[in-house]
Amino acid sequence: MTAAPITLPRWADAGLVPLVSVAAALVVAGLVVIGIGESPLEATALLLRGSLGSAEGLAFTLYYTTNFIFTGLAVAVAFHAGLFNIGGEGQATIAGIFAALACLWLAPLPGILLVPLAILAAAAGGALYGFIPGWLQATRGSHVVITTIMLNFIAATLLVYLLVEKIGKPGSMQPETPDFAKHAILTPMHQLLAPLGVTLPATPLNSAFLLALACLVAVWALIFRSRLGYAIRTTGANPRAAAYAGISPARITMVAMAISGALAGGLAVNEAMGVQHRLVLDFTGGYGFVGIAVALMGRGHPVGVALAAFLFGILYQGGAELSFDKPTITRDMVVVIGGVIILFAGALDGLFRRVVASGLRLGRVL
Amino acid sequence: MTDAPAPAIELVGISKRFGAVQANRDVSLSVAAGSIHGIVGENGAGKSTLMSILYGFYEADSGEIRIGGTPRAIRSSGDAIAAGIGMVHQHFMLVETLSVVENVVLGAEGGAFLKGGLANARAELARLSQDYGLVIDPDAIVGELSVGLQQRVEILKSLYRGADILILDEPTAVLTPPEADQLFVLLRALKRQGKTVILITHKLREIMDVTDAVSVMRRGEMVAHVRTSQTSPPELAEAMVGRRVLLRVEKEPRQRGAPVLEAVGISVTDARGLALLSEASLTLHAGEIVGIAGVAGNGQSELLDVLAGLTAPSRGVIRLNGQILNAADRKPARLRELGLMHIPEDRQKAGLVTAFTAAENAILGYQHEAAFGAGPFLSPRAIAAHAREAFAAYDVRPPDPALKTANFSGGNQQKIVLAREIERAPKVLLVGQPTRGVDIGAIEFIHRRLIALRDAGVAILLVSVELEEVMALSDRILCMCGGRITGERAAEATDERDLGLLMAGVTERAA
Repeated sequence: MTAAPITLPRWADAGLVPLVSVAAALVVAGLVVIGIGESPLEATALLLRGSLGSAEGLAFTLYYTTNFIFTGLAVAVAFHAGLFNIGGEGQATIAGIFAALACLWLAPLPGILLVPLAILAAAAGGALYGFIPGWLQATRGSHVVITTIMLNFIAATLLVYLLVEKIGKPGSMQPETPDFAKHAILTPMHQLLAPLGVTLPATPLNSAFLLALACLVAVWALIFRSRLGYAIRTTGANPRAAAYAGISPARITMVAMAISGALAGGLAVNEAMGVQHRLVLDFTGGYGFVGIAVALMGRGHPVGVALAAFLFGILYQGGAELSFDKPTITRDMVVVIGGVIILFAGALDGLFRRVVASGLRLGRVL
Repeated sequence: MTDAPAPAIELVGISKRFGAVQANRDVSLSVAAGSIHGIVGENGAGKSTLMSILYGFYEADSGEIRIGGTPRAIRSSGDAIAAGIGMVHQHFMLVETLSVVENVVLGAEGGAFLKGGLANARAELARLSQDYGLVIDPDAIVGELSVGLQQRVEILKSLYRGADILILDEPTAVLTPPEADQLFVLLRALKRQGKTVILITHKLREIMDVTDAVSVMRRGEMVAHVRTSQTSPPELAEAMVGRRVLLRVEKEPRQRGAPVLEAVGISVTDARGLALLSEASLTLHAGEIVGIAGVAGNGQSELLDVLAGLTAPSRGVIRLNGQILNAADRKPARLRELGLMHIPEDRQKAGLVTAFTAAENAILGYQHEAAFGAGPFLSPRAIAAHAREAFAAYDVRPPDPALKTANFSGGNQQKIVLAREIERAPKVLLVGQPTRGVDIGAIEFIHRRLIALRDAGVAILLVSVELEEVMALSDRILCMCGGRITGERAAEATDERDLGLLMAGVTERAA
């Protein structure tokens, strides 16, 4: 029989438990590294040096972090409404199509209009594609977990069709759109910082990172400081109380899914407008799914999401460097390490809450 | 050792602290073998903590537990069961899809194969039924049993595991009055067979009815041990609260005003086409309390939900201040604007978001009001200031707006709801189970507030499973049975027997 739920001080809940989870995950990952005959300390050092040890490495890390912030926030907003949005990939795909069409069709406009419009188009595409499962759940009772997964496949197939048949580069065998106009793309960070006297090597990091930071603040304000956020949290925590309070859970379900989809659209902004400068196949690269882990680890709070996104950024960038330097540690190994962290931070959270609680108790006694 | 048998349970100097809260402070308790021992106290007095220590959920910081005279270390519920202690929780620990006998053997299957254990259990159940008059079909599916019968299954489970000492935590909170009476018959039978029963409750009538001795807790300490025959409800109430308590509601007769809320021919059918409410009509006047008496589940909840705009009636008309409410008006937010406030029956499931802070709950339903922030935003400072003011006026303890609502006692949670709904000067107040799970001090407070509102001209509809409460507060009483209103009585012209007949569906007596 289980005892009463474990309550921890806030700092322990938000800081200590995830830290202990990550530490445990690193220990397990270290054992795997030992298992294939490499030194875990050396691997960790390579991973950290590759991701944080140079300006270039750090910039790559922050580029990955940008993607994870967008997809993590998308999942987090849906969480607060009690919804499990697994459709980040599909929503980002549709957002990418919308952004690409805006960039291609509105190219005559000046950049100062075109870029914001394309970003809004991405948000609108993601929002629309998030709204559909929200609407299906609110009016037909179709569970968003099922519908978002199915819509991911539809979006991916739609992207192939469009790139091959409709908006592909004429005369090219590659399933990709023509390059966007020079004034339709987001400024790379090394160009953005050059006037300030900061010289960075050329990396994919671009001004979408600043958009991601703005989204962190905006989501925090939305969830914890706005009337809509109050309604979203009420619906997520207790739909009956929401109905009692005059909040329509159906409406909130649709609104929250639309906001969630719009945030997932940020992934398309970063990848298509910031890095590739065109729309390519599979540009979502699984970031939508990792966003689930980011939101879980960050406990749905924007600060937590930022930290978790940074951690996954380090893993992605450092892991790439690691597999480059140590051929025995393949990219798949790095995926295993990421998986272990997700497992420990998400699924085994209760385990470490107990450990932390007894640790705190012991601390008080001593 | 003297001739007297050792007490079944002795707790000596038990202390337990949770963070800043001293839940139990040097508590000692002695329960004579073969007796029914009551433990009373307000919510948060430490009764549940003490019993959780006895049952091994928590470990005491200090103190000793002796069972039958021998000190025992009880570190888990397994230890407690081995020591012959059984516990019946307020919320049953049953698997609803399994049969009675399967639930009884759960965790005591006696081997990898069920067959032997089930056969044993069946024989044992037959014997227990015989001994204690616990009649129950061993093959019935638990989820299909009434709450009272489910409770019997819980008791049988403990007895099957060889419990000599049975702890019941607020056992009557979920029972109808007749079911509660049957429970007491059973408890007396257990006592005759030499079992020891510990009864945790805050209903003093039950203590007086069934216990041999009673211990009173207040703020984590034992403040009194008395023989039940040598005490009285006012004395116990005073010991619990620490001051004199008015057990009777003082109420002056008052002239009622104009009709405010009229409901005519309200019917509600569920998805399967069953009538939950048939042709219910009632009129609420300004300055009166109309009570609805009925055994739980006879349409009272549906009536409240319809009037509060949470359920659409399949037939019927509702008038508020003479205006017929159309479908757009029958929405909770719109009804609040029109002055109809609602204190829901189940505050934790409908009236509060227990994961929110108290301050956030104090604006639930009013989150759109301009006072709480500019434009689309909410100001935490404004919300906290509002809560501090409301909590001071309604004596919510602790008056901490930042505390999570789940950490408040039932009575204080109810006061948060009450403050929220009353402070905006309602014209009509719908009240469901205002004092369910609420301690005596808070009951007195809530009753006085409701009477004061009535005196100020508010029309109040009161739904409660506590017949005493309905009779004490109401000016008029409507009885419900099977979704129908079976009769109306003036409160001063009726008694429990008369209402009981109406509640049982025996309509107007032949003259």
